[in-house]
Amino acid sequence: MEPILEITHVSKTYGKKEALKDVSLKIEPGKVVGLLGPNGSGKSTLIKLINGLLQPTDGQILVAGQALGIETKKMISYLPERTYLNEWMKVKDLLGFFSDFYEDFDIEKARQMLATLKIDEDSKLKTLSKGTKEKVQLILVMSRKAKLYVLDEPIGGVDPAARDYILNTIIKNYSEESSVIIATHLIQEVENICDDIIFLGYGEVRLQGNVDDIRQEKGQSIDALFREVFRC
Amino acid sequence: MSWKFDTTRPIYMQLVERIKLMIVTGELASGSKLKSVRDMAEEAGVNPNTMQRALAELEREALVYSQRTSGRFVTEDKELLTKMRDEFAEEKVKTFIESLMQLGYAQDEVITLIQHYLGGIK
Repeated sequence: MEPILEITHVSKTYGKKEALKDVSLKIEPGKVVGLLGPNGSGKSTLIKLINGLLQPTDGQILVAGQALGIETKKMISYLPERTYLNEWMKVKDLLGFFSDFYEDFDIEKARQMLATLKIDEDSKLKTLSKGTKEKVQLILVMSRKAKLYVLDEPIGGVDPAARDYILNTIIKNYSEESSVIIATHLIQEVENICDDIIFLGYGEVRLQGNVDDIRQEKGQSIDALFREVFRC
Repeated sequence: MSWKFDTTRPIYMQLVERIKLMIVTGELASGSKLKSVRDMAEEAGVNPNTMQRALAELEREALVYSQRTSGRFVTEDKELLTKMRDEFAEEKVKTFIESLMQLGYAQDEVITLIQHYLGGIK
């Protein structure tokens, strides 16, 4: 099967600083992958590269076999760390906005999820709490029928109950044809739902593999292993 | 909501144990149909691939079987179920006895303790 994402020998330097050094990785379809690393490890750089927001200094990135461009943007549903949505818009305006922008947006699915979380479509974004805004944004992103979902800190700013809901949504949304990348440092929360994990440290891949295989081999949780590998 | 897991051991193995227990206790009745992998994964709060791996293991041990189009079922093999129940019991007895021995009880004292607890010979 063709990998959904294939990164080969990618480097990214900002002036003299090497943010990513010779990173290679492959993500097969039907996988949920945790991209884990301490602050400044290169997670955000990698995510921006995948989304075509930055250009690699060296190396190649392929999404479903294609070089980055308009076609790959259609296949990727991206949840950035910070919101880019306009504060004055109502939730229902955003639904229209996403319908216009993305052919694969399933407005009914989004409506159902909003209803489950009791989020009123008539409320203005400005009037919603930070956590609710994040939920709205996640709903928009997960309601696309994309090949690759790239979620940058999807559970960072929400309460534990909402975290459960979000993680559950990721499980529910699971498909054999698509993959999900979750970048986070809340490892304990995500390790049960990931197939594979990638540890990124100082711009390099330090460890990657199947969660259960790693647990079996090391006899410890991914969270504990992370603390060991990245001990300050 | 989602199941609790020991973080130091592979999740799929814990799913296997948990589902076995559900079969032994009859929470999943012998011969009954299992929910879809997706639903079971959601209930447990795990990745569907992990649940799939657990079910494949249970299938290998013949505790569940699949029927090509209609899904997965709990085994109706009574002998196998009894054997599994015995294994569970043995494991429980082992940890129980070991913990009492650790506290310094001798074998006959352990027996007295059990009889006492059961309200038998005082």
